[in-house]
Amino acid sequence: MNLTLKIWRQKDSKTKGNFETYQINDISPDCSFLEMLDQLNEKLISEQKDPVAFSRGDCGVSFDHDCREGICGMCGMFINGRAHGPDLGVTTCQLHMRKFKDGDTIVVEPWRAKPFPIIKDLVVDRTAFDKIIQAGGYVSVNTGGVPDANAIPVPKNRADEAMDAAACIGCGACVATCKNASAMLFVAAKVSQLALLPQGAVEAKERAIKMVRKMDELGFGNCTNTGACEVECPKEVSISHIARLNREFFLSVLSS
Amino acid sequence: MTKINSKIPNGPVSEKWLNYKAGCKLVNPSNKRKLDIIVVGTGLAGASAAASLSELGYKVKAFCYQDSPRRAHSIAAQGGINAAKNYQNDGDSVYRLFYDTVKGGDYRAREANVYRLAEVSNNIIDQCVAQGVPFARDYGGLLDNRSFGGAQVSRTFYARGQTGQQLLLGAYSALSRQVALGGVELFTRRDMLDVVLVDGKARGIIVRNLKTGEIEKHSAHAVVLATGGYGNVFYLSTNAMGSNISPAWQAYKKGAFFGNPCFTQIHPTCIPVHGTYQSKLTLMSESLRNDGRIWVPKNMEAVEKIRKKEINAQDIPEEERDYYLERRYPAFGNLVPRDVASRAAKERCDAGYGVNQEGLAVYLDFKDAINRLGKDVVEARYGNLFQMYEKIVDENPYQTPMMIYPAVHYTMGGVWVDYELMTSIPGLYCLGEANFSDHGANRLGASALMQGLADGYFVLPYTIGNYLASEIHTPRFKTDMPEFEKAAQDVNNRINTLMEIKGTQTVDSLHKKLGHIMWEYCGMARNEEGLKLGIKKIQDLKAEFWKDVKIPETTDIFNQELEKANRVADFIELGELMMRDALNRKESCGGHFREESQTEDGEAKRNDADFAYVAAWEYKGENAEPELHKEDLKFEVVELVTRNYK
Repeated sequence: MNLTLKIWRQKDSKTKGNFETYQINDISPDCSFLEMLDQLNEKLISEQKDPVAFSRGDCGVSFDHDCREGICGMCGMFINGRAHGPDLGVTTCQLHMRKFKDGDTIVVEPWRAKPFPIIKDLVVDRTAFDKIIQAGGYVSVNTGGVPDANAIPVPKNRADEAMDAAACIGCGACVATCKNASAMLFVAAKVSQLALLPQGAVEAKERAIKMVRKMDELGFGNCTNTGACEVECPKEVSISHIARLNREFFLSVLSS
Repeated sequence: MTKINSKIPNGPVSEKWLNYKAGCKLVNPSNKRKLDIIVVGTGLAGASAAASLSELGYKVKAFCYQDSPRRAHSIAAQGGINAAKNYQNDGDSVYRLFYDTVKGGDYRAREANVYRLAEVSNNIIDQCVAQGVPFARDYGGLLDNRSFGGAQVSRTFYARGQTGQQLLLGAYSALSRQVALGGVELFTRRDMLDVVLVDGKARGIIVRNLKTGEIEKHSAHAVVLATGGYGNVFYLSTNAMGSNISPAWQAYKKGAFFGNPCFTQIHPTCIPVHGTYQSKLTLMSESLRNDGRIWVPKNMEAVEKIRKKEINAQDIPEEERDYYLERRYPAFGNLVPRDVASRAAKERCDAGYGVNQEGLAVYLDFKDAINRLGKDVVEARYGNLFQMYEKIVDENPYQTPMMIYPAVHYTMGGVWVDYELMTSIPGLYCLGEANFSDHGANRLGASALMQGLADGYFVLPYTIGNYLASEIHTPRFKTDMPEFEKAAQDVNNRINTLMEIKGTQTVDSLHKKLGHIMWEYCGMARNEEGLKLGIKKIQDLKAEFWKDVKIPETTDIFNQELEKANRVADFIELGELMMRDALNRKESCGGHFREESQTEDGEAKRNDADFAYVAAWEYKGENAEPELHKEDLKFEVVELVTRNYK
């Protein structure tokens, strides 16, 4: 396949960025999107004349990635206006070039959301997600001194639903897709997982309020129920979890 | 062999850990908050250790190269975690899990460590459930189990095909709680590039801030490495792209012995290699072997027709299929340990029966399982794996059998540690896949998660106290000491040297060359001639790397090529040590198969008389050969026999 790529280049968080256009040829439809970018980078770096006096356009494109099997949540970019590209239920590393056509022009941008500042090119800082979890995304148990695992029975359907929510990989596609840059799906996934389980129920109300307040404080927007996050979530986490979060949150506000 | 002291406690194997805990020194709470501990790596071992140590009251600094601790590669483990709960009433026990692990490791693991691992396995499950890990459950609400390779009981706990993710998020949540409480300070996007020794003790680390390029110095009373395995030395592996040996390698160069570097695990069920652009290999969980049957055609004509795409796998009648694992190993069938399954696949493909274009694939077939259980049940068990396969290969595994081939997955070798998980440098500890200790020459499925969490939650929090109890009078360190200055200067010098090469080859292209050499000469089968040639080739590659690598841009920015170059430089040196170790070990055991040492029917032939030891290598300088120390393995409980899965 021969492709035209329009990729966002930005030196660092302070410098203004711009799109650069690249031509890349002989790409196998069986390779992944990131492997296509690898090939572009090999080309750019090999052809680059003076490695130090660079301009943003002719050095390799920086992008976050790690496991390359759709589970670590490190990769993520806007491809042709869609978080993680045109395929559903996949991360960028699981997107394959067979989803594109020979001769296509592909536009690649970083996540764009105020709480995710750009570090370089397609790399953004998602530390805000860690801060939300630190605000209450856990069950307060220390190591040791816990009951036998089978002393806490959990109905299978509840355990399964908790697992659906727990599948979140923290990639940030929901935030990047949301017109309000809301992190509600991310917060809801954790609140819902723990609220569904007896282990998490003790702190459920407190957890919801702490995590939502932290989300607001970090500059994420509000949820206006467009449902875009659910569509773009690579793990297909349902917005029904947002409904559960809202319930937990209001109960919490009412009782406090 | 005075340099090796494994510090195994006295008493029968089942009482050693009890005895140790009864006798080890404790640190009182008011002293704990005066003691700092650095933990490098935030996977299962690192995150669980950092959280548990902070809960105890120590001040912890946790480091990872990713943008968040939640992304460590433990997250990719699919199948499950073993524990000796015996919830299934099928004959399991601590002893049985211990025995299976020692046997599975082909009698090259330390008995005392493995017994402790089996003992604490049950605590891990309790802990994870209390954290809210959504393990699979049965209709009565109690925990479900599945079976895994190398065991005849069902002892594997799982959360769909995402067990590693759920366990890591559990440890990450415990860690996050401690960050919020102020006990853990988190440093993300940091590459550890050196360990700092003061008066022979580990007192800190040098890291590069990957965002700014700044070289930072951090001090502590003890340093814990939980930095994972080194499968990426082969370039293509199931490891994450960033997984690297560098922290462990720097420790080795500062005096920590490296144990059994040649013990690598080739996992039997991965998606086969395709194309030169490929950046990594994807694992298909071993749990698939519970219900999937592995086969190749019996007849060569069928193989040729398949390769020409004249027929499909489904067209081959039952009687013309060679279910070679069931044929060769009737007792364990498709559930033989990984090393055995991998070699059997290689044997069939070497004989010409491989079923893809390259001749390097076998079938993993779910037809019988779907007929027996129904598609829904199969989907509930393995749905996400089937989906993952379909996304990559563009074939529907419910209809067409999966094609699989062995790939580098895990490294049993690692930094040598004693019973307390301390390396040969006082105050430097090593946990999880990064150490060598529990899996011998072959790890059983679902035991990596168990070991990582055992080390972090339940072993290190005891053993590190035994060391720190004598450090309570040591005040907090300043990083302006000359030892820190020198280490930082060394790191800067190395980076500057790399940048000034300004060669013509990219880091990735050199890494690929390394991978080819490793796979060719130190892969699934090894021999003396090949290993000697391999060592020579690696030495040449090292020279080539330091003469011709091309790293663009500068050091004071986010520079991914520089990150990779630092890692590949260390991988090249490690590759040579792996080959030396493989050359020294003139026996076949577990994942290490020396062609000179096999039985008539091609099974691995161990040599207990000469090789029942841990090979612990000591660095002797840039141009000197490393020195071999032997830790003799004494088996007090398990009798050494030939592994038999027939």
